Amino acid sequence: MLRLHPYEYHRPETVDEAIALLVEHSGDVMPIAGGTDLVPNMKHKLFTPGHLVSLRGIAEMQDIAEDDDGFTIGATASLDRVARDARALRALPSLARACSLVSGPQLRRMGTIGGNVCLDTRCTYYNQTLFWRKALGYCLKKDGTACHVVKGGTRCVAAHSADTATALLPLEAELRIVGPDGERTTPITAFFTSDGVWNRRMEPGELLVSIRVPRPASNTRHSFQKLRARDSIDFPMLNLAVRVDFSEDHLVADLQMVASAMGSYPRRLGKMGVVAAGRWLTAELIDQLAQEAFRQCHPLDNMPIDAEWRRAMVPVLVRRALSEITD
Amino acid sequence: MHPFPGLVSGRDMREIIRFTVNGDLTETGVPTHYTLLETLRYILGLTGSKQGCDKGDCGACTVLLDGEAVLSCLLPVQEAEGRSVITVEGLAAGPHPSPLQDAFDLTGAAQCGFCTPGILCSASQLLSENQSPNREDIAQALSGNLCRCTGYTKIFEAVEVAAEATRLGLAPADVLTARRSSDTDSSTLAHFQSPQIVTGK
Ligand SMILES: Cc1cc2nc3c(=O)[nH]c(=O)nc-3n(C[C@H](O)[C@H](O)[C@H](O)COP(=O)(O)OP(=O)(O)OC[C@H]3O[C@@H](n4cnc5c(N)ncnc54)[C@H](O)[C@@H]3O)c2cc1C
Ligand code: SF4
Ligand code: FES
Ligand code: FES
Repeated sequence: MLRLHPYEYHRPETVDEAIALLVEHSGDVMPIAGGTDLVPNMKHKLFTPGHLVSLRGIAEMQDIAEDDDGFTIGATASLDRVARDARALRALPSLARACSLVSGPQLRRMGTIGGNVCLDTRCTYYNQTLFWRKALGYCLKKDGTACHVVKGGTRCVAAHSADTATALLPLEAELRIVGPDGERTTPITAFFTSDGVWNRRMEPGELLVSIRVPRPASNTRHSFQKLRARDSIDFPMLNLAVRVDFSEDHLVADLQMVASAMGSYPRRLGKMGVVAAGRWLTAELIDQLAQEAFRQCHPLDNMPIDAEWRRAMVPVLVRRALSEITD
Repeated sequence: MHPFPGLVSGRDMREIIRFTVNGDLTETGVPTHYTLLETLRYILGLTGSKQGCDKGDCGACTVLLDGEAVLSCLLPVQEAEGRSVITVEGLAAGPHPSPLQDAFDLTGAAQCGFCTPGILCSASQLLSENQSPNREDIAQALSGNLCRCTGYTKIFEAVEVAAEATRLGLAPADVLTARRSSDTDSSTLAHFQSPQIVTGK
């Protein structure tokens, strides 16, 4: 049995009311959407805010809207809704797939896409009960001074583990963030930092309100791949999102790969576009890209799965993604 | 009287929650930091829903919230305000087990029974949306419910039997007898457990 700490629960109906509550209780408050990340973390005493501001009753954050140029997805749209949305399935299959591969069915009905983008980083030595963490000795991410993953390390390297964020990077999504000082839009490529303790560029009092995803061009293909222990419920051991832009004569014009569940942010791999541009997407090129990705990816011992095996799976995911695209 | 007096402290900040539980309008004072699961079990005495991992992994706490199977161990109780909650205790309309519960009992789909209340809730949502699910649909719908006893084979069979019984307006026992007589398996039909295990009562 894992008990929660005492708190006061607020249920605002508008974004403005929610922000006023976040400002009023500043320093002792957190927003909660589906709660599927925050509630387990609170049960582990990783966060113990005296106030929670629920985003579930805010109608303006729930919609999924389509226009000529793309989609605006409300931050509290459930993963289940995005995964099944017929429009998203047609225009944004890699995102719909990423949503459908997050945790299990009950969690996808509760968990939101905004909560997924804002997911706390994860680590074997962090996502544990207070008793467990205390017994081992606290770490840098919470209450301690040492890292158990990188001995002697001075930076937390807990894993960014949000499937949808990885898929949203090559889609060039933009995040609409509202705070006490008004509204701003930030490309998701500039949202994450390499600091595992808190990897999101979001000030206290700010809320992610919606995600704008431009409509992909007709000659662009996306694929999302995930490696996990049990396909039914588990967090990613590796995430890979690939985007290929083709020219009119079906040669590769540009190619992007974003890998995650290794370090603290979803990382765009280098050189892929340079290697692939102007060539046919042949088995030979796919092999070359798979080797290049292997060279650049270094999974860490921040999850209880052998890091060498995860690294060996990088080229496998690259081949799966690119074969899906050439199909 | 409070069913589990030791678990509720007089110092807790409380809030009145109004919601429908298994069809009954319920209004009750709850410590503000309770989950729906703790409210069901320790305030309302509905101990059918199980507290397994208590952090989203196992599905033993699954209940229906406005008809959708969700995890009550992760739901702050305030989110149930004004909504309808169905637990394993409320799956049967009358005094007798529902066809789904009956099918679980007949096939031996409930062994230790710890996963059963959650599995029955996930399966109920599936059957309300799809009257003829195939194995893949069933496996997908139950993929967030861990069972360590049965190996799932009997669970899948029970959901199929319940779906067929409902579609054809037959008793699950008759559907199962017909299935058994067409296989080589000649084991006699038996209620494996006492019905409490499938009704949560
Ligand atoms: C067993 C289990 C398996 C899981 N498997 C996966 C998996 O495979 N892949 C995966 O990606 N996730 C997984 N998760 C984590 C989680 O279910 C999802 O990431 C989910 O999308 C989180 O969304 P939420 O709405 O529940 O977030 P919450 O828990 O409500 O919030 C998460 C964090 O984001 C903040 N937040 C939420 N919404 C906003 C907003 N709009 N603006 C600003 N801040 C906000 C909260 O304050 C909190 O810090 C799993 C969880 C469990 C328990
Ligand atoms: S990476 Fe190191 S500092 Fe970060 S959570 Fe893990 S053990 Fe703690
Ligand atoms: S008790 Fe809720 S998922 Fe295990
Ligand atoms: S019957 Fe024992 S866990 Fe499923």
